[in-house]
Amino acid sequence: MIGIKSYGAYIPRYRMNHNTIFTSVGFLGTFPPPGENAVANHDEDALSMAVAAGIDCLGGVEREVVDGLYLATTSQPYMVRQNSALVATALDLPSNIRTADFIGSTKSGTTALLSAFDAVKGETSSNMLVCASDCRLSKPGSPQEYLYGDGAAALLIGSDDVIAAFEGSYSVSYDFPDRWRASGEKFEHAWEDRFIRDSGYREFITEVISGTLKKYELDIRDFTKIIYPGLYAREHGAIAKRLGAEPGQLQDTLLSTVGDTGSASPLMMLVAALEDTKAGDRILVASFGSGGDALIFQVTEKIGNIKDRRAVKKHLASKKELASYEKYLAFRNLAPMDLGMRGEINIRTPMSALFRERKVILSLCGSKCKKCGTPQYPYQRICVNPDCGAIDQMEDYRFSDKEGVVFTYTGDNLAASIDPPSVYGLVDFAGGGRFWFDFTDCDLDSVKVGMPVEMTFRRRYVDESSGVHGYSWKAAPIRA
Amino acid sequence: MAEGIKDKVAIIGMGCTNFGELWDKSADDLMVDAFKECIEDAGIEKKDINAAWFGVHFEEQSVGKGATSMALALKLPFIPVTRTENFCATATEAFRGACYGVASGAYDIAMALGVEKLKDTGYGGLPGGPSLMGTKNALIMPKLTAPGAFAMMATRYFAVYGLSPEEGKKMLAKVSAKSHHNGARNPKAHLRREVTEEQIINAPIIAWPLGLFDCCGVSDGAAAAIVTRADMAKKFRPDPIYVKALQIALSSGEELMYTKWDGAHVETGYRAGKLAYKEAGVENPREEISMAEVHDCFSITEAVTMEDLQFSPRGKVKEDIEAGRFNCDGPQPIQPDGGLKCFGHPIGASGLRMLYEMYKQLQGKAQLPERQLKNPKLGLTHNMGGFPAMNIVSVAIVGL
Repeated sequence: MIGIKSYGAYIPRYRMNHNTIFTSVGFLGTFPPPGENAVANHDEDALSMAVAAGIDCLGGVEREVVDGLYLATTSQPYMVRQNSALVATALDLPSNIRTADFIGSTKSGTTALLSAFDAVKGETSSNMLVCASDCRLSKPGSPQEYLYGDGAAALLIGSDDVIAAFEGSYSVSYDFPDRWRASGEKFEHAWEDRFIRDSGYREFITEVISGTLKKYELDIRDFTKIIYPGLYAREHGAIAKRLGAEPGQLQDTLLSTVGDTGSASPLMMLVAALEDTKAGDRILVASFGSGGDALIFQVTEKIGNIKDRRAVKKHLASKKELASYEKYLAFRNLAPMDLGMRGEINIRTPMSALFRERKVILSLCGSKCKKCGTPQYPYQRICVNPDCGAIDQMEDYRFSDKEGVVFTYTGDNLAASIDPPSVYGLVDFAGGGRFWFDFTDCDLDSVKVGMPVEMTFRRRYVDESSGVHGYSWKAAPIRA
Repeated sequence: MAEGIKDKVAIIGMGCTNFGELWDKSADDLMVDAFKECIEDAGIEKKDINAAWFGVHFEEQSVGKGATSMALALKLPFIPVTRTENFCATATEAFRGACYGVASGAYDIAMALGVEKLKDTGYGGLPGGPSLMGTKNALIMPKLTAPGAFAMMATRYFAVYGLSPEEGKKMLAKVSAKSHHNGARNPKAHLRREVTEEQIINAPIIAWPLGLFDCCGVSDGAAAAIVTRADMAKKFRPDPIYVKALQIALSSGEELMYTKWDGAHVETGYRAGKLAYKEAGVENPREEISMAEVHDCFSITEAVTMEDLQFSPRGKVKEDIEAGRFNCDGPQPIQPDGGLKCFGHPIGASGLRMLYEMYKQLQGKAQLPERQLKNPKLGLTHNMGGFPAMNIVSVAIVGL
């Protein structure tokens, strides 16, 4: 039996109420529906959120068993340099795996999932991680700004211990020019909403779900939960009605709490459904974008084995309001902000050094002395324990999955930051090891010596002159 | 068995420029100013100098690499000149090189000169940038600044010794108020205004919990010394000052990466102090060291340094600060010239600036009578470069 073995999700901490946007750019004439969007922090993007969802999904799973990673997104930072390979490195996955980026359409999340099932079915992989993540940039004042939210989901696909069996799929593909973004462009273009809704959204979702029902001789009432993105709230309900579904079968679209998360949207809804399901439940998931895919799952008895996931529910509950639209513009680099002359100093990444040190920089791995057992970050050849000092007796040691406590900290107003003060400090890791890190997703007033923290993969900087998006690990208060 | 440096080398001349935001002075001007005062004080001519050591830290801001900039600025006649750089101990390292040069017998007369031209960056604070700690660190360390790095030691000190932020900031305010008092009376100092403890406590926060007045001046300046073998010194002047100890200690990584360091002291400061006391034959530093110029880049640094150098017992510096022990009229004056806090901190010059103050005080020649300390016997200088978790400390002791 092939299917889903584990799930995880990520929703950034910040939420921006639609009224906050409206108050600032409502003069342009767009009117928002009520609700709020999940907004990535200034140091987050599609890759950092994919990593966070991946970590959630891999709780209790040995990283060494993962033999493939598919990343689905429409907001990948790199056009050349495989984004999924970067995510796999951050997750400290083995190097003898298959990685691929699924980009260019918001159906890429379900397409990546289908490809993962094919790989498992074809026995070329046995544990495929599928991460879907989107952090899309919208023009200030555009309808997309109200619609789009940031988030990610991750699913582990395999053939044993599945919590939801994959029972079938159906796909349709159309060159539907609802939204497009040409190579090199920063923002999407969109055709009229009524066209997108009536010629695309309504038609494709109806077609792909009807096609699935016909192919597998099922009735819409056979499903406990029906999942498809909710771009148009009223039409979302109307489609279900036309298909003969009851409103109670429809999974919440997260539209008014997270926003439309693009490639991640159907997978996040699926994760939310799995969080609240029981053995025997049948789930139908459909995506929208250049057509769509539909997938059928049946929940198994193993569903109870999945514990300690933040998934959608806990991430939804853990939030902080971003009350300043101007700050949001600053986070997205949509308005030039003055960081002073100090802010004009750029970090340059020597790529050969980055590759050489990838385990340290991107995987947050250090070493553990085989002689005295001391973990140390970054990797050392000579043991830092003054009573040991063993030379070249180290083994790799991963810090990204270790919790720590704040040894000391400060809030620095001198350091150039888009969100001052820069909070950073030294972290003592559970099990040993100490290093200093930037802190993120925290307010200075809430930080205390001894406070527990966890490590989170973040975008460190973007150097537009060299096109480099640099990443590293930061410490953050434990999220939920 | 090594004998150490004690009484083998004497300082016969010193020079020090005014420190400050010297918009109309280049690094070359500063070098010439310090050099001129120094050779006049020693009563020698340029041709008498056999070798020189040149300290500058942020060379990219001013003079470039190597030692040619000093050789050219001073028109040194094809003698050996060596550049030293070791964070804030840069000038003390230049001095150490010159002392070892004459102590070895290789040279009769050597010069050490340190300079820093910081105020050409366009922003406040020290020059930033990813190159400071190397390529890998630039990609994994927090983007920390000096105030932030030392603020973390204040946070830690408060936590370890159970001080509330209010109590801690009050203790630190006394440290800065004392240095402002001293700096206000020093004609060569950068910051020459007295401030009250209330002003210090209420100043804008630079890096929590440190405020503006917890931070030292970012200054331009230069300082220089001429040294000879001790047995030759009296040929040049009746009151040479003798080198008693020269030590440095560097972090081993233990503080940053191992979990035993308490973060409320500077381990290298304690180690370098211990080595220096042994070299100088000092048994009770609290009683025997008459005065000191220590590396008060931030108020917290001075406070923990009092404990690291064993002037105060561990965790008890607050009592000594409150008792006025380190004031100029106290039993162990610290920063009589205003310290980094108010005299200023041109990185590559600071170690020699500190020695300049010790030299003048020991000779009884502090510029103004009200600045002169009573009968000092041993003076100590202390530089700390880098950050509390990863640093270098130098300690020098000089005396009659």
